[in-house]
Amino acid sequence: MSTPTTSPTNRPAPSTAQSVWLVAEREIGSKLRSKAFVISTAILFVIALAGVIWGGFTARDTSGIPVAVTPDATSQVQGIEGIDITDAADRAAAEDLIRDGKVDAAIVGDSSSPIGYALVAESSAPTTLLLLLAKTPPVELLEPDETGGALRYLVAIGFGAVFLLAASLFGGTIAQSVVEEKQTRVVEILISAVPTRALLAGKVIGNTILAMAQILGLAAIAVIGLSVTGQAALLQGLGGPIAWFAVFFFFGFILLASLFAAAAAMVSRQEDIGSTTTPLTFLVMAPYFLVIFFNDNPLVVGIMSYVPFSAPVGMPLRLFLGDAQWWEPLLSLVILIVTCVAAILLGAKIYENSLLRMGGRVKLAEALRG
Amino acid sequence: MLRLTGITKSYGGRRVLDDVSFDVAPGRLTGFVGGNGAGKTTTMRIVLGVLGKDSGGVDLDGAPVTSSDRRRFGYMPEERGLYPKMKVLEHIVYLARLHGFSKTEATKRAQDLLERLGLGERLGDNVETLSLGNQQRAQIAAALVHDPEVLILDEPFSGLDPLAVDVVASVLQARAAEGSAVLFSSHQLDVVERLCDDLVIIAGGTIRAAGTREELRARHTEKRYELVSGGDAGWVREVPGVTVVEFDGGYAVFDVDTEETAQTVLRGAVQRGDVTSFAPQHPTLAQIFKEVIQ
Repeated sequence: MSTPTTSPTNRPAPSTAQSVWLVAEREIGSKLRSKAFVISTAILFVIALAGVIWGGFTARDTSGIPVAVTPDATSQVQGIEGIDITDAADRAAAEDLIRDGKVDAAIVGDSSSPIGYALVAESSAPTTLLLLLAKTPPVELLEPDETGGALRYLVAIGFGAVFLLAASLFGGTIAQSVVEEKQTRVVEILISAVPTRALLAGKVIGNTILAMAQILGLAAIAVIGLSVTGQAALLQGLGGPIAWFAVFFFFGFILLASLFAAAAAMVSRQEDIGSTTTPLTFLVMAPYFLVIFFNDNPLVVGIMSYVPFSAPVGMPLRLFLGDAQWWEPLLSLVILIVTCVAAILLGAKIYENSLLRMGGRVKLAEALRG
Repeated sequence: MLRLTGITKSYGGRRVLDDVSFDVAPGRLTGFVGGNGAGKTTTMRIVLGVLGKDSGGVDLDGAPVTSSDRRRFGYMPEERGLYPKMKVLEHIVYLARLHGFSKTEATKRAQDLLERLGLGERLGDNVETLSLGNQQRAQIAAALVHDPEVLILDEPFSGLDPLAVDVVASVLQARAAEGSAVLFSSHQLDVVERLCDDLVIIAGGTIRAAGTREELRARHTEKRYELVSGGDAGWVREVPGVTVVEFDGGYAVFDVDTEETAQTVLRGAVQRGDVTSFAPQHPTLAQIFKEVIQ
């Protein structure tokens, strides 16, 4: 500043954190003011509430779960609410009751079981019943069947659908907002004020906050809905997986959001968004379809629960079904976080290199090279 | 002082800027004129760092411009860019806050500036609902709200009505008076002529002329006179030392070799009849421009 007249602005530049937060704040504000967003969120909440209540009633049955109990196991079921006990003389009689469809399952004394009794069911163990029992007994199936219980299906679809909806809604929002800035050239003004990375971080953080708020809202609805319909036991079983889902979703969403922003930065017009974000859209949709078709296939769900893009759906489902060891969600979470960091670095590079290239689509190789 | 030295830029083998060098001095308005595709926008984008250059330098007060220097730049891009769905005031406040102003100060500045630009009534309206001319004013506010030290405006007057041109011009002049270096491009040569202290003329990616308005004028002034008389002015051709540029009945525009020749013509005209007007002609910017870019 050699010329005394030229420094009207010796203001300290805002810190990166301040810039990031300003950008995030604008993202949130503009979304909250969009009627389309508010209405679609309200509809989503209503659907979720209806789903939870309907699912709760389906799982409950009016008079509790009909269960046959042999005399040597009677003591195990005393005091458990929500089951409807039919006495059976012995194990054979209990199995007959199951085959006849009079009861859903039987609790029988079993000396080979570590807790002294086992649960017998026809084709799948009633998940609700397992949740009601104080200790999880070994399950014996009379006619093992590929289809799981209705509740497993509902929970699987629930996690899958919520992930799909929230990730695609906010992933799409980020992509649109990046292209809007490029298309209107407001980005040229913005980056003369804040560093590119602050802009990207603000967008990802703003949308993550919105997406998480939506997820937590849905979780609250699930909890409230289950309490209202008197599904305390189911709630107990679902609470943990829902909490895990929220944690997994948080990192899974940041991962996707960084990639969506990067993909969108490669084009200059809204019409072209599809050409770079379609692969990501498939990544978002994959977990949903996988859980619909394979929710009863332990191998597929097991793999899903470790692949970063599907872990937010796969791992909570396995936790709900009780076939994940205590360390498994932690390991999967570590894998997810590492991938997430890699995606942020990669996304930031592509974003920085593509943001000011107007016109045609930026080639991925160019975007990575810089 | 913003100084460009030897900037070149090629797009796929086609050279769009070739050795572009000029200064933009603080406290002055510099007009940047050139035809379509002459390289004005490319030059401005390079100064702002939104476009890379092949070679050359952009210096501010003797040191290469850094990205933190550019925080103190104000920019109005050629393709207008604001968020369509943001309210005018809110938008300008947002930009001021990105430049480090507190919320209260940002609001005060944005409000003052928008009022000066005549948008006081539209503060709460979405940008997309404004007319193009008003969007343009908002865009100018976006470039100015943080009191930039260097102000780069691409066609700030295009699409404005004459009153709006005056409003914007006065805001820019005020900015320059406070010490900013202001560079703006324009096709409206009359506006540039009226407003600018300095001029830079570009054509085909090279700088054809640069300097103060007076310098350029002096450099391109021929001894040219205009005569409007009652009779036929054809005789002027016969006067030694005169080159007629334009001629129509009693009207003639001509160049002379010396002031004395001009006086000879005037005396001759008075002898032959009524003289409505006889005056030396200063070249307009448009004339200089045409001459320079040829």
